[in-house]
Amino acid sequence: MSAPIIEVAGLRKRYGTSEVVCGVDFTVEASECFGLLGPNGAGKTTTIRMITCFSPMTAGRLRVFGLPVEPVNYRAIKARLGLAPQEENLDPDLSVEMNLLVYASYFGIARAEARARVRELLAFAALTEKATARIGTLSGGMKRRLVLARALVNRPELLVLDEPTTGLDPQARHLVWERLRELKRSGVAMLLTTHYMEEAAQLCDRLVVMDHGRIVTEGAPAALIERHVGREVIEVATGDDPARRARVLELVRPHGGRVEALADAVVIHTNGAVDVRGMLAALAGEELVHRRATLEDVFLTLTGRELRE
Amino acid sequence: MSVATHPTARRATLGLFAGAFRVWRRDMESWRKYYRSSLVGALGEPILSLIAIGYGLGKFVDLGGVSYAEFLAPGILASAAMNAASFEATFGSFTRMTEQKTYDAILATPIGIRELVAGDVLWAASKSLLSSVAVLVVATCAGLVHSAWALVLPAVALLIGVVFGAMGLVVASRAQAYDFFTYYFTLVITVMYLFSGVFFPIESLPAWARAVAWGMPLTHAVTIVRACMAGRVGPVLLVHVGVLVVMIGLAYAMAVRWVGRRLIA
Ligand SMILES: Nc1ncnc2c1ncn2[C@@H]1O[C@H](COP(=O)(O)OP(=O)(O)OP(=O)(O)O)[C@@H](O)[C@H]1O
Ligand SMILES: [Mg+2]
Repeated sequence: MSAPIIEVAGLRKRYGTSEVVCGVDFTVEASECFGLLGPNGAGKTTTIRMITCFSPMTAGRLRVFGLPVEPVNYRAIKARLGLAPQEENLDPDLSVEMNLLVYASYFGIARAEARARVRELLAFAALTEKATARIGTLSGGMKRRLVLARALVNRPELLVLDEPTTGLDPQARHLVWERLRELKRSGVAMLLTTHYMEEAAQLCDRLVVMDHGRIVTEGAPAALIERHVGREVIEVATGDDPARRARVLELVRPHGGRVEALADAVVIHTNGAVDVRGMLAALAGEELVHRRATLEDVFLTLTGRELRE
Repeated sequence: MSVATHPTARRATLGLFAGAFRVWRRDMESWRKYYRSSLVGALGEPILSLIAIGYGLGKFVDLGGVSYAEFLAPGILASAAMNAASFEATFGSFTRMTEQKTYDAILATPIGIRELVAGDVLWAASKSLLSSVAVLVVATCAGLVHSAWALVLPAVALLIGVVFGAMGLVVASRAQAYDFFTYYFTLVITVMYLFSGVFFPIESLPAWARAVAWGMPLTHAVTIVRACMAGRVGPVLLVHVGVLVVMIGLAYAMAVRWVGRRLIA
């Protein structure tokens, strides 16, 4: 087994008096896609900035490709890294193609080789027709794909993607997923943040959920669902009617499971000793949805339903 | 098709100059899109000043021996270099540092802060070169250049551009908004323009003001350019060059430090 691509231990970041990353530990192995989930302000981008040499850590241990993340190693690390940042920073003064060519030059890639690579990457990102377009004329989805293509110009061993599909329509998102799976098959390790739980479930081998700068859980998506929610979820609609809600709660309580009362629904997670059949029988006649549990259930269970920031 | 990792992929890392050159070339590539309008501004202003002030006002000025246009031309050349680099390194670099996030994009590659700052400073200096050469051509055609030493003036213009490019980046690294540059241009650049011997010999200033003037880079720049145009070149010029080199060192170190603090936080 080869050495981990990223090793994070006791990682902390303080801005002034507020600590925004408060002791985070995880490792990303070779060829693995690792997810970093969490509500707005959880500290995902800050963690990524520390890993990608953009922000010195306040305390902890941080290695990328086995190299300590310190100024002496920045160059060596960044040469092998591809970064698609949360905020788009394409070069608006340059065309699509020049964006990639100029970026390649920063890695010391010779022009002839860069041209070949750029042609390949434009095809990969489905942007060949837009090669000479100005950045300002691209749609959001095209920009996102170009950012991804740009991150691949140096054939990175590790791809760091901060919300790669935010703001994309379903077609564009599926295209990006397909590309990321292709990259994964070819052995590129990935560190990914996303607010789309389905994306994390589809792409990530393992993930952590962060909240308030701390990791609240870690594991493979399926294992996390099993552990925190169980296989199935039952949602009973109660409308705005407290009496109806109370009655539903009465009905489900005896059958176990984790029961959560929302404003207009009762949600039952089926982990632990739950008599799902008995519960469904008791709820006969109620308006309900019986579905498979998802990562979104895990996320909401662990980080609550309160709005952040 | 494979865009994935290649075990034999070249992992060249660039040295300071090679890295700075890549950044310089990026600026050059983006400038090519709007160079026409940019050239009109960069070349028009100094040339018009030379004509209007040199010949218009010159009729009323007696410096004993040299014509006012001859006196003024070196000052215009040096200040054209100062202005071109100052604008590029403040407004231009600040835009790349903030709004456009160009610096962040570049810093995700093996290019570090040193190369980034050096590249942008060299780009600012390239604009100085362009403006100054235009002034030099006009001055030569007007018969205001009297020595083959004028051939080193493009190099001098680059030197001046590097001084003001580095200073501009120091200012840009501390700016929160574009308004900040109004202070810099009014309080620093304009003061230099008026009191560094561009329009009148600084010998006519009181002693204390002369001392202040020698603390300003443009005074040394004008002195060097004037000597080269007139052919009165002596070893003392090396002192002036030395002062500018020291100023470059200080401003560059400061710019690297502050741009670094701003972007790597
Ligand atoms: N430069 C900074 N100075 C001070 N505070 C900062 C700075 N950068 C981030 N923070 C704070 O750190 C916290 C974590 O921010 P971060 O961007 O890492 O969150 P995130 O998990 O990426 O959120 P999102 O999902 O919204 O992108 C936030 O409260 C933010 O305000
Ligand atoms: Mg973020």
